[in-house]
Amino acid sequence: MALCMRKSLNLINLLKSKMGLLGTINPSPWASTLSRHHEFPVPAQTAQNLGSSDGDWIVKAIVLSSRRFKWTKAEKQLISRNDVDDNKVLDFPGGKVSFTPEMRFIPESPEERTRCYRVLDGEGQLIIGNNFVQVSKELAVKMYTDMVTLQTMDTIFYEAQRQGRISFYLTTIGEEAINIATAAALSIDDHVFPQYREPGVLLWRGFTLQEFANQCFGNKFDYGKGRQMPIHYGSNKHNYFTVSSTIATQIPHAVGAAYSLKMDRKEACAVTYFGDGGTSEGDFHAALNFAAVMEAPVIFICRNNGWAISTPTSDQFRSDGAVVRGQAYGVRSIRVDGNDALAIYSAVLAAREMAICEHRPILIEALTYRVGHHSTSDDSTKYRPIDEIEWWKSARDPVTRFRKWIESKRWWSGEAESEFRSSVRTQLLHAIQVAEKLEKPPVADIFTDVYDVPPSNLQEQEKLLKETIKRHPQDYPSDVPS
Amino acid sequence: MLGVIRRKIGAGGSSLLTSGWSFQSRPAVSAWRSYSSAAKEMTVRDALNSALDEEMSADPKVFLMGEEVGEYQGAYKISKGLLEKYGPERVLDTPITEAGFTGIGVGAAYYGLRPVVEFMTFNFSMQAIDHIINSAAKSNYMSAGQISVPIVFRGPNGAAAGVGAQHSHCFAAWFASCPGLKVLAPYSSEDARGLLKAAIRDPDPVVFLENELLYGESFPVSAESLDSSFCLPIGKAKIEREGKDVTITAFSKMVGYALKAAEILTKEGISAEVINLRSIRPLDRSTINASVRKTNRLVTVEEGFPQHGVGAEICTSIVEESFGYLDAPVERIAGADVPMPYAANLERLAVPQVEDIVRAAKRACYRSVPLAAVA
Repeated sequence: MALCMRKSLNLINLLKSKMGLLGTINPSPWASTLSRHHEFPVPAQTAQNLGSSDGDWIVKAIVLSSRRFKWTKAEKQLISRNDVDDNKVLDFPGGKVSFTPEMRFIPESPEERTRCYRVLDGEGQLIIGNNFVQVSKELAVKMYTDMVTLQTMDTIFYEAQRQGRISFYLTTIGEEAINIATAAALSIDDHVFPQYREPGVLLWRGFTLQEFANQCFGNKFDYGKGRQMPIHYGSNKHNYFTVSSTIATQIPHAVGAAYSLKMDRKEACAVTYFGDGGTSEGDFHAALNFAAVMEAPVIFICRNNGWAISTPTSDQFRSDGAVVRGQAYGVRSIRVDGNDALAIYSAVLAAREMAICEHRPILIEALTYRVGHHSTSDDSTKYRPIDEIEWWKSARDPVTRFRKWIESKRWWSGEAESEFRSSVRTQLLHAIQVAEKLEKPPVADIFTDVYDVPPSNLQEQEKLLKETIKRHPQDYPSDVPS
Repeated sequence: MLGVIRRKIGAGGSSLLTSGWSFQSRPAVSAWRSYSSAAKEMTVRDALNSALDEEMSADPKVFLMGEEVGEYQGAYKISKGLLEKYGPERVLDTPITEAGFTGIGVGAAYYGLRPVVEFMTFNFSMQAIDHIINSAAKSNYMSAGQISVPIVFRGPNGAAAGVGAQHSHCFAAWFASCPGLKVLAPYSSEDARGLLKAAIRDPDPVVFLENELLYGESFPVSAESLDSSFCLPIGKAKIEREGKDVTITAFSKMVGYALKAAEILTKEGISAEVINLRSIRPLDRSTINASVRKTNRLVTVEEGFPQHGVGAEICTSIVEESFGYLDAPVERIAGADVPMPYAANLERLAVPQVEDIVRAAKRACYRSVPLAAVA
C-alpha cells in the first residue's frame, strides 16, 4: 500500500502544478464516499509523461470534481450550495437531501447515452484529443500475436468440433481485443473469475496450446481430469478460476475473493467477466451492491456483445446498457469500445490502480459484437441477419484494427503476419493431434476430489467398479486405464 | 418449548425413572442424575458461540458473515459478543441477499479464507442453493482439486414453533443427497461444539443444521469437550442409549424425543437403542447396521418430509447390507407430507411426537397389531 500512496501523492503534486488544482484531493483509501462528476481530464501530454512505456500501472485517474468539495469519511453527505438555508435541506437516514417543491421524475433513459471511450478509429489511427497509456513495441506485438493466436485457435477448434473430434466448443471471435488487452493490463497476481468467453486471458498468462487442447479432449493431462465439457479451463498457477457453466455466479465469487485480497493486504485485485445477459442475473446485482458496501478491490468487466444466445440486448434490459447500473450501486464505471485494444488497455490499467489503491469496485462495460455463434450448439443465422454478422466480422474486426495500428508504427509487416499465422496454425493442428491420441484419465479419477479425502463409501464403490471392469471387460471401453 | 429431562445411563444401566415426561410440561427444576463425570451444563447457544469464538481465535482466516450476525449479536444470539471481540472485518453484517453473500462467501473460500456463512434459517438458503450446490459442493471435483471450498453454512433448520410453512422446512435430505457436501446435525451442546469445530476445520463445504428450539436447551458437558482443541469426528454417529430390542435412529431435536420414547418403552419391557446420527452425510452406515444386526428391528425418526428423506436412505442401507438380520419391516417416522400448518393443533399433528415413536417401536416388536391387519 505504501507504494500506492507514494506514487499517488507524486502524481497529485505533479497534476496540481500542471493543472492548477483547486480544492483538496484526499489520496487516502477512505476518500471513497460520494463523488460526482467523475471525469478524467488528464490531458494526453500529462498521461504520456506519467506513463512509463513498459506497461507499469502508473497512470492515476484522478477524481476531479467540478465543484470544490472536501470529502470526508464520515456521514455520506450531499452538500449543496443551499446547505446554509435550513428550510431547503432535510435530514433522513442516509444523509441530508435538499428538496424541491417541483415534482420531477428522473427519466428512464438519459438524454444522451453514456459516451464510449475510444482511442483508435476504425482504420487503426489514433483519434485526436485522445489520452491513453503508451504501450511499448514488445507489449503491442505480444498483444497482437496473442489476438491472432486466439482467433486461430477458435477457428481450428471449432472445426474440430464440427468434425466430431471434440464434443463442444465456444468461440471468442470478435472479442479478441477484450480478452487480450484486459489481460495485458492486469498482473499475474490478479485473480480472474471468467464466464466462459475469456480463454484469451489464460492464453496471455501462459497457458499453452497443448494445455487448451488437452482440456478440450479430456485426456489424462487435462488439468480438469476429464470432468468438464470443453472450454471449461482452469488453472491455479495462472490465477484463473475454473470456468463454471452457471451464468453470473462468478461475479459474487470475485467480490468475495477481492475482499479476501483486501484482508490479506495484497497489491492485487479480483477481476470478473460476464456478458450483457449475465447482468440480468440476481447475482450481478447482489455482487455490485456488496462490492460497493464492502469496498472490495474488484473490476467487473461486462462484455456487452449484443446477444445472449438469441436474446438481443433490447430484450435483455431497457437501461442504457450495463454501465449506468454502476452508479445505481455506488460503483465507478466507464464505457469502452471493446474492439479497441488500446482503449481497453488504458481503461483496465486505470481501473486496477483505483481498485487496489482506493479499495473500490470498478465497472467497465466493453461494447462489442459476438461474431461467432453462441457455441457449437447454436446457429445464429436463425435469429440474426447473415450480413450483419459478416459486416462485424470483416469491417469491425478488432484484430485487423490493431494490426493496422502496429503496422503504422512499423512494428509489424505483411511477411511477419503470414509467417506467424501459418506457424500458429501448424502448432494448433499438432496440439490437437497429440491431444487426441493421449489416453483418457484413469478410472480412479471418477472418485477423487469429491471431498478432500475420499470417504469410505466412495472407496468401496471404486473397488466394486474395478472388480466389475475386470470381470466384464467387454462392457467397458478399452482406452480407459485403471 | 420442550422441557428436556435428560439422564445419562452409565454402563450398568438403571431404572431411575423421571416423572412428568409429557412434552407439554415444563418442570421448574430439571430432575436428573448423571453418572458421568460431567459437572458443567451448557446451552446449545453457548456451545455454538464458544466454538465460533475459539475457532476464530485460533485461525485468522475464519470469519463470520450473515444477516444480523454483528451489531444485533445474531438473530438467535449465536454470535453474541463476536463483533466486539473480532471487529467488523471478521464479523460481517450483510445486505439482505442470500444469493449475494453466499456467492461472496464461496468466492472468499475459493481464495483461501474460511468463511462461516449464517442463514437466518435454512429456508432462506433456497435463495442461495445454487451457490451451495453448484459453486461450493461441486467445485473441488469440477476443478480437479484445484479449487477447494473450506466453507461452513450454518443456521437453524426444520420446524420451530408456530412459524408456518416457509420457516419450518427440514433440508437435511436435500443437502445430504449432493456429493461434495458434508451435512451435520448436532443434538446436544457437546455435539454442537465438537461438530461445529470439526466443520470449520474441514477442507470441504459443510452444511451445519442447527435447531432453533434446541438453542436454549441445556446439556451437561464433559471437561474434555470444553477444551479448545475438542473436535468430534465427522461421519460417526453416537449411541445415546444402548438397548437390545429395537434400534431407533434420529437426529437433531428428534433425538430428545427418541430418548423419551425409549424411557416409555422400557416400562413396557422393550429395550430400545437410540442412535444420534450426528452426521447425515457421510452417514454412519456401519454403526447403524451393527446396531440393527444386534436388535433386528429399526425405527427411523426425522422431522422432515417422508418422501426421499433420511429414513428412506437408512432403510435402503439396512436392506442392502443387513437384510437377513431384520425380523420386522423397517418403520419410518417422519413429518406429515404437507407444508407445515400454522395453527398449534395442526402443527402438533404435522410433526412426529413421542407417542408416534413409541407406537412404531411397538409395531416393529409386534407388540401392536399392524394397521393393515385391522379390517
